[in-house]
Amino acid sequence: MMRAREILVAAVAAAAILLLTLAVPWLRFVFTIAIAKGITVLGILVLLRAGQVSFGHALYLSFGAYIVAFAAPFCPEALLLLPLAALGATLLGLVIGLFVSRYRDIFFGMLNLALSMVFYSTLEKFYSITHGTDGIRLARTTFLGMTLTPETQAWTALGLALLLAAVFAILVRIYLESPMGHGLSAIKTREARLEFMGISAQRVLLAAYVLSAFMAGCGGFIVAMATRQVTPSLAYWTASGELVFIAILGGTGSVLGPFLGAIAYELTRVYAAALFAEGWQMILGAVLLLVILFAPGGLWSILRRMARQRVGRDARP
Amino acid sequence: MSVCLSARGLHLAFGGVRAADGIDLDVMTGEFLAIIGPNGAGKTTFINMTTGYLKPLAGSITFSGQSIIGLTPRRIVELGIARSFQLPQVFLEHSVLENVALAIAARTGFWKPSRPLLSPDVAAEAHDIIAKFGLADIADRGADTLNEGARKLTDIAMALALRPRLLLMDEPTSGVAAADKMEVVATLARVLREAGVTAVFVEHDMEVVDRFADRVAVWSQGRISALGTPGAVLSDPRVQRDVIGTRLVEAPHASA
Ligand SMILES: Nc1ncnc2c1ncn2[C@@H]1O[C@H](COP(=O)(O)OP(=O)(O)OP(=O)(O)O)[C@@H](O)[C@H]1O
Ligand SMILES: [Mg+2]
Repeated sequence: MMRAREILVAAVAAAAILLLTLAVPWLRFVFTIAIAKGITVLGILVLLRAGQVSFGHALYLSFGAYIVAFAAPFCPEALLLLPLAALGATLLGLVIGLFVSRYRDIFFGMLNLALSMVFYSTLEKFYSITHGTDGIRLARTTFLGMTLTPETQAWTALGLALLLAAVFAILVRIYLESPMGHGLSAIKTREARLEFMGISAQRVLLAAYVLSAFMAGCGGFIVAMATRQVTPSLAYWTASGELVFIAILGGTGSVLGPFLGAIAYELTRVYAAALFAEGWQMILGAVLLLVILFAPGGLWSILRRMARQRVGRDARP
Repeated sequence: MSVCLSARGLHLAFGGVRAADGIDLDVMTGEFLAIIGPNGAGKTTFINMTTGYLKPLAGSITFSGQSIIGLTPRRIVELGIARSFQLPQVFLEHSVLENVALAIAARTGFWKPSRPLLSPDVAAEAHDIIAKFGLADIADRGADTLNEGARKLTDIAMALALRPRLLLMDEPTSGVAAADKMEVVATLARVLREAGVTAVFVEHDMEVVDRFADRVAVWSQGRISALGTPGAVLSDPRVQRDVIGTRLVEAPHASA
């Protein structure tokens, strides 16, 4: 029931995105970036289920993006760059996860932030390798051997983004239904009991963390493909904060929440920036404030409430 | 009869409080051993030491001949010791059914991300256990909405779902409505006997002790002051004066 409705909403949304993109070409970039962030925020949602907030997940997104930028000159194939970015982010997530999964709450959040800032400074400082704040221009890529033009590359990025979003939404949903997924909320409410059932809470959290890094790496690949210019600002702490912002905005009740949040965020940003050049942060802040005050379950919960009211109305004679 | 759990010379102090002051105890395989004693006598501390939550300053604990001192709670569970808590430790965002299912999954396969928690066989087993505790009607209620008694029974059901060889229960009947108490304990006792589980339970209700325990150990100030059959121990004038005579205030405090 619930699942059928989610699939329906997702399918309609994907179709709408494609149609809008055809009608309004500049939206293609906005949507592609939004979905890349949505995929990354899906990982944040998984960690939020355990009550843990990472303020440093832009690290994995930027790490994936830089892998693509560094590897593209030697290996231009997009379908190889994607797994490369995902694998690199996953390995980094494993190494860091072994460490941060021992910590909870504010320590967990701040350690993630600190490590992302270390990576940011590294990118800025080693100019000879990373070109500092100028970033790296993405070399020409191919898709199944065909060289991509800027135009076809943008379409490829959007297509892969939609595909990855669908696959990850389904996988994360299955995962959250499994004992490992339920174990996350068990960490939030009674972590010690897990240990007294023979389950390592740290391992439950580590698995979630590595999964989140993996998805963020894929998000980074899409960002690199769509922007064709990879800069350290991807790893800056505001980028991480933005991901948490989107998670709360979209809501953690459904795997579609992150995508809803990301699209709302990017669209608000673009339109608000066009209306008030300097005031868009204020508008976004106000939007989040309203959501937190009136719909703590995020945009997803508003959507669901609306759907339920409709069903209620239709059911009446 | 073989020894299931053996404790020798356990010592543990918190500041000046001697919570364990030379505990020697052999729990025989298959028996039901009740622990009674006044508040603060060190009953919970004994369970905490046996399950790896606290490490004694001195002494040894062996389970089926193997030393378990210094092992983590997780490792001790794997060896076959489970516990329930004086203050129920349940997952508050989950239903009664899911709580028990999580325990079953912990035993049968927790690390399979493709298998739903409530797979048919796990759900069936969970329903089965829940029914035994008379919780069938509230199987789908959130654990945060339960009263003390139901939360306590859920907590015990979770421990039982691990299918331990030794089950330690810290005041299993406190908080359970008097009307249901005997029935629940009788069912629990039958289930444990059928499965051949050894049980140690801290209990303040002497009627429960008398009916269900094979032996009774009396705790007092970190020591065992009497040990024997319920008939002998409960009629001992000293025990009557020190334990049964004093009104036992059920003030739950630091359990785990
Ligand atoms: N973790 C701890 N830190 C400090 N003191 C503790 C701790 N655990 C127990 N104590 C103290 O040790 C003594 C024994 O406590 P314990 O909980 O074992 O008693 P109990 O026999 O279970 O009592 P009750 O019937 O009230 O549950 C008490 O004085 C208690 O305050
Ligand atoms: Mg106690």
